[in-house]
Amino acid sequence: MKLIHEFPVLIIIIPLIFALIIPLVGRLNRILPWIIASTITFFCFLTSIFLLFTVLDTGKISYWLGGWEPPWGIEYVVDYLNAFVLAVISFIAFIVSLYSGRSVEAEINEDKQLAFYSIYMLFITGLLGIVITGDIFNMYVFLEITSLAGYAMIAMGRKRDALVASYNYLILGTIAATFILIGIGYIYMATGTLNIADLQERLPALFHSKMVLVALAFFTVGLSLKLALFPLHTWLPGAYTYAPSVVSCIMAATATKVGIYAMLRIIFGVFKIEFDIHFIPIANILIVVSSMAIIAGSAVAITQTNLKSMLAYSSVGQIGYIVLGAVLANQTAMTGSIIHILNHALMKGALFMVVGCIVYKTGIEDISGLRGMCKKMPFTMAVFTVAGLSLMGVPLTVGFVSKWYIAIGALNAGMGYLIPVIITGSLLSAVYIWRIIVNIYFPDELPEPELLYTDGGTEITDNDTYSEAPWSMLAPTMVLAVLCIYFGISATAPLSIAEKAAVMLSQ
Amino acid sequence: MCYIAVEEEKEHMREHIIIRIVSKFFTPFIQLYAFYVIAHGDLGPGGGFQGGVILGASMILYVIAFGMDEGRKRISQKASDIFISTGALVYAGIGILCILAGGAYLEYDVLPLGSHHLASHLGIYGIEIGIGITVAFVMITIFFETAKKEME
Repeated sequence: MKLIHEFPVLIIIIPLIFALIIPLVGRLNRILPWIIASTITFFCFLTSIFLLFTVLDTGKISYWLGGWEPPWGIEYVVDYLNAFVLAVISFIAFIVSLYSGRSVEAEINEDKQLAFYSIYMLFITGLLGIVITGDIFNMYVFLEITSLAGYAMIAMGRKRDALVASYNYLILGTIAATFILIGIGYIYMATGTLNIADLQERLPALFHSKMVLVALAFFTVGLSLKLALFPLHTWLPGAYTYAPSVVSCIMAATATKVGIYAMLRIIFGVFKIEFDIHFIPIANILIVVSSMAIIAGSAVAITQTNLKSMLAYSSVGQIGYIVLGAVLANQTAMTGSIIHILNHALMKGALFMVVGCIVYKTGIEDISGLRGMCKKMPFTMAVFTVAGLSLMGVPLTVGFVSKWYIAIGALNAGMGYLIPVIITGSLLSAVYIWRIIVNIYFPDELPEPELLYTDGGTEITDNDTYSEAPWSMLAPTMVLAVLCIYFGISATAPLSIAEKAAVMLSQ
Repeated sequence: MCYIAVEEEKEHMREHIIIRIVSKFFTPFIQLYAFYVIAHGDLGPGGGFQGGVILGASMILYVIAFGMDEGRKRISQKASDIFISTGALVYAGIGILCILAGGAYLEYDVLPLGSHHLASHLGIYGIEIGIGITVAFVMITIFFETAKKEME
């Protein structure tokens, strides 16, 4: 039973080891890498659920790497916030691994498939590492592992544009990482420690120091760039559009969430809320920026004709919601923000997986190609509808729960004028989702299609005959859709954890 | 056209007997120095990364002097892929061994190798060797990939 105490480190080490083993054994059998990836991410999911229950039972878990006592050694800490995020990330990673088998076969060159699974495992390692570590420099290292793996995965896209998108992300991601590193350097210079819990104790005495102010500025810009907060979102649409579908799924559902986790941890965990509010109006700046993100992201999404790029812009808007909830800095709004990490992961994961199914079956990425698709792929389209309704924030879906909490939080903070922003964002997302739902279910109401060819050069096929995506892709997609409804109706379990995390952060 | 250029280059390289002899002569000494840097990583300046880079550089020097094909005969792509993974696995494996021996991840002194001091020393030693292998072969792979693109 002693191995149980090692779970906080095993959840990082096991995927890392298998990222290295996959290139060794993957040549033996074509589906072996997929089996390994699914098994290992399932192990990570079980471990994170175990950690979550342990944290709920006994409170914070601390693991000393190499037996060195913090703040000298590196510490892995699991508390309410990151136990929750760990469970979300590892669950999505598991679902996407299950889904990836057929999609990777169809969308990634055969000689790169082995590399894909290896890099995918590294990517998951990095994400879990950012979340679990209690050391700010260690967080930076894992952030770099994730980003490097991300650049490589995006570049595996079929079109040549994928290389440009990946390069674009590489440049901006490196700038972001450099800013974060400079921020870490400054607070290390000011306090002499890198341990997050230790920083939390030492920083309040130094809040008047200019050095700490500069560090916060670097962190804010660097993290905003990493999590694609408007107007620093420019890398995101290209990256999500041209990456292979599986990569779009995993990045949209987890990478930006982890960016938001890092922002919550640094802005509210390392620096205190009083600092953010009383010494520098960082919260006010971020409220304005995230409101702009909600409106602008959703508005630009309406103008897109490519399905993936529309979902990417919609992600920019949804990231705005999460950041808005966080920086309102009261418990209700922060609960909404934390629960939206789960909710957005579920619905955006489901939506991108639907796009992956469509691309697998027909090669269509264009919205006009979905005309009358309800006859061809009824289950996939049902999932799209459910996830789309969640994105709008219709009651009884997950989107409603988080938007409700964020709106109540805005009222509690005395900022009622933010309510119209939240509602406008929802209405705009209703416009871009409804446009597609009309295409799917009511093609007769639309004018005749002018273009018979989509931008990908694929001929629009006959959409009337039934031809559904394979079950290995459809089943994981449907699981996410069912959860979108389930957590929309009975949100008590995730909400109670999110509330505890919010209480912990606002102390 | 490109093929002719490569052939010409090969002809050209054969004339550089001094470069070939000198680099062949130097390679073992560079490698010996690389092993020294890896082995003394826990006592003096250096370590797995620096030693690995020097080890990689020795093989790159050989490839520069004798050409890509000759170099690939010595170190095939498959072999270097295997070494890249193995090196990092040595690192992770030692960490896991520490857990199995009852300590935390990478807590070397619990390894059953005589005294705590010796176990700690040997644990770091093993990790330096792992890093050295990975870094050396990653350097070679990067070199081959870049050179291949030049030739295409």
